[in-house]
Amino acid sequence: MTTKSSSVRAGGKGARGGGRRRTGSTAPASGRPATEAAELVQLLTPEGERAEHPDYSIDLTPEQLRDRYRDMVMVRRFDGEAVTLQRQGELGLWASLLGQEAAQIGSARAMRPDDYVFPTYREHGVAWCRDVDPLTLMGMFRGVSHGGWDPNENNFHLYTIVIGSQTLHAVGYAMGIAKDGADAAVTAYFGDGASSQGDVSEAFNFASVYNSPVVFFCQNNQWAISEPTERQFRVPLYQRAAGFGFPGVRVDGNDVLAVEAVTRWALDHARSGGGPVLVEAYTYRMGAHTTTDDPSRYRLSAEQEQWKLKDPIARLKALLTREGIADHDWFETVDAEAEQLAKRLRDGVRSMPNPEPSSLIFDNVYTEPHALVDEERAAYRRFAESLADAEQEGGR
Amino acid sequence: MATETMPLMKAINAGLRKALEEDPKTLLMGEDVGRLGGVFRVTDGLYKDFGEERVVDTPLAESGIVGTAIGLALRGYRPILEIQFDGFVYPAFDQITTQLAKMHARALGKLRMPVTIRMPYGGGIGSVEHHSESPEAYFAHTAGLRVVSPSDSSDAYWMLQQAVRSDDPVLYLEPKRRYWQKGALDTAAEPSIGLHQARVHRPFEGDAPADLTLIAYGPMVKTCLDAAAAAAAEGRRLEVVDLRSISPIDFDTVQACVEASGRALVVHEAPVFGAIGGEVAARITERCFYSLEAPVLRVGGYHAPYPPAKAEEEYLPGVDRVLEAVDRSMAY
Repeated sequence: MTTKSSSVRAGGKGARGGGRRRTGSTAPASGRPATEAAELVQLLTPEGERAEHPDYSIDLTPEQLRDRYRDMVMVRRFDGEAVTLQRQGELGLWASLLGQEAAQIGSARAMRPDDYVFPTYREHGVAWCRDVDPLTLMGMFRGVSHGGWDPNENNFHLYTIVIGSQTLHAVGYAMGIAKDGADAAVTAYFGDGASSQGDVSEAFNFASVYNSPVVFFCQNNQWAISEPTERQFRVPLYQRAAGFGFPGVRVDGNDVLAVEAVTRWALDHARSGGGPVLVEAYTYRMGAHTTTDDPSRYRLSAEQEQWKLKDPIARLKALLTREGIADHDWFETVDAEAEQLAKRLRDGVRSMPNPEPSSLIFDNVYTEPHALVDEERAAYRRFAESLADAEQEGGR
Repeated sequence: MATETMPLMKAINAGLRKALEEDPKTLLMGEDVGRLGGVFRVTDGLYKDFGEERVVDTPLAESGIVGTAIGLALRGYRPILEIQFDGFVYPAFDQITTQLAKMHARALGKLRMPVTIRMPYGGGIGSVEHHSESPEAYFAHTAGLRVVSPSDSSDAYWMLQQAVRSDDPVLYLEPKRRYWQKGALDTAAEPSIGLHQARVHRPFEGDAPADLTLIAYGPMVKTCLDAAAAAAAEGRRLEVVDLRSISPIDFDTVQACVEASGRALVVHEAPVFGAIGGEVAARITERCFYSLEAPVLRVGGYHAPYPPAKAEEEYLPGVDRVLEAVDRSMAY
């Protein structure tokens, strides 16, 4: 676990070459953000044409390509349904992933079942790939639980809402994997906003010092609620990895092929003892931060229009069509399936029962009895029963 | 094994050794806990015997220590952390209160956090700023954490075993000014007293009820026992309840004592306002209202930042301040 492999950490050497490019040792000359200028790994252009990259490639079968498309369509559809359900008052809140489908599907499909995922609260696409029912996600935003799924069933941790905290949990988990001598890896999701948090820097440093098998997967969606990236950092994010002693890569986050290729490489690197990797998926939050947000107060719609041209689903659809991998009927089938999913979720959310409050509040505060919790649970039940009795007697 | 006499810090060391021997999933983590053996040498020798995989020197980042321990616990480990000093715990406050404490509840019981956080606390050692604080109320206020503090060598050893075995996160507060206080320890016989039970000391003759109940924990237990001894010389009968646990608090024992004595005084180093003493006083009022001969009084630190060392004896409760408060209570 404490193996020093400085040659790898210094510049990604020995993995697949191109370490200098990945670690991005060139700082912007002007000291101003050079986000747009920095090189992206791209294997599929916004027009849906395949592109070559010297360091990364991926060879997906036609079936896999169709699967990636289907994943993205299904996820976008249920995400949209959740926004609608929030507008109808069925959910208290929703954090839309609109625009980030490729970043999430590509990275999640690069993982193995024994890898472990630490998500933020927007990783609905990753949850989808880890077989967490979207209905359970919606239950969390409806307020019937703080998550509701068993993280160890799918190696998918609960959503973490406090920004950046989960990156340290991911590193700790990865330290445990290394201690166990297992060859799994951990993916820690976070965003451009989280990069300002101290916990993220501590996570980078612990991972580097212990050479832990963790991939830090940053979806840079350009906005931390209303704050643009210029308010979060002055050096392109992926370059930050170099200062901590591990490779950083910037990938086109709207290109599902490039994301999967880069994440596969990063996970392999981590699993084989190479230590952590930072992947910056350069993408865009097409929707609001959450359903309570109003992006028209802080950003221009023209920016959004520009990013629409880079849509992750449209470009894969263009490829599938051009290469004759899918036809009109197949696309219609996927759309119909997505509509069926949306209906199941709509019906499921509307008929979702409220939890029993006494057990929800008191039962899992501690694993073993705690005198104060026991006392307060009993007091709550007495009070609730007294109300029920009064109601029965036709009182208040 | 025969009963040995050893300083409290050696009892903790022996307790850590036992925990590491008994369960291969236990780990020690913290700043300087390895090669150095900790700044107080509490972990002395453990790195040498258990190696760097079990006794882990960490980078100097408290949030990182607790945050990575959460991940290790999720992977099936049982980390025992050291926060080097009370005043350095605040960078980890978010991970402790927001993540560690809540994980079991937010996972609907599906995740467990068997993490023990050891932390020397309290003043009286003439140290510089941030090395003498008593932050226990912050943590006792947080649901999901258990908070305990031993006051002698036997409790230091056995309460540590109970804390490490617990599947809940436990904050184990070490009374650093008592690290060198010697006491008896029988490592062969685990006492029957539970982690969260209070212990009553009645250092006076006869079976008649005490005149007053002193309630304390950690470093102030000795101060209260000293006060009780001084009072006994003047014919006043003071009993001392060593709470041992601050979350939860054994109010049944407190209640039984105060119902008999009719008077209570809570003593801790922490500033009195918004602290454990207020909570104990409120509970005594609720449970013992008709038995009380006097309001429950509190003695503790002042509502001021912990002072420079040359003034700490004035800031910290000592025997005289305890006895002065006893006099005030008895005057009712």
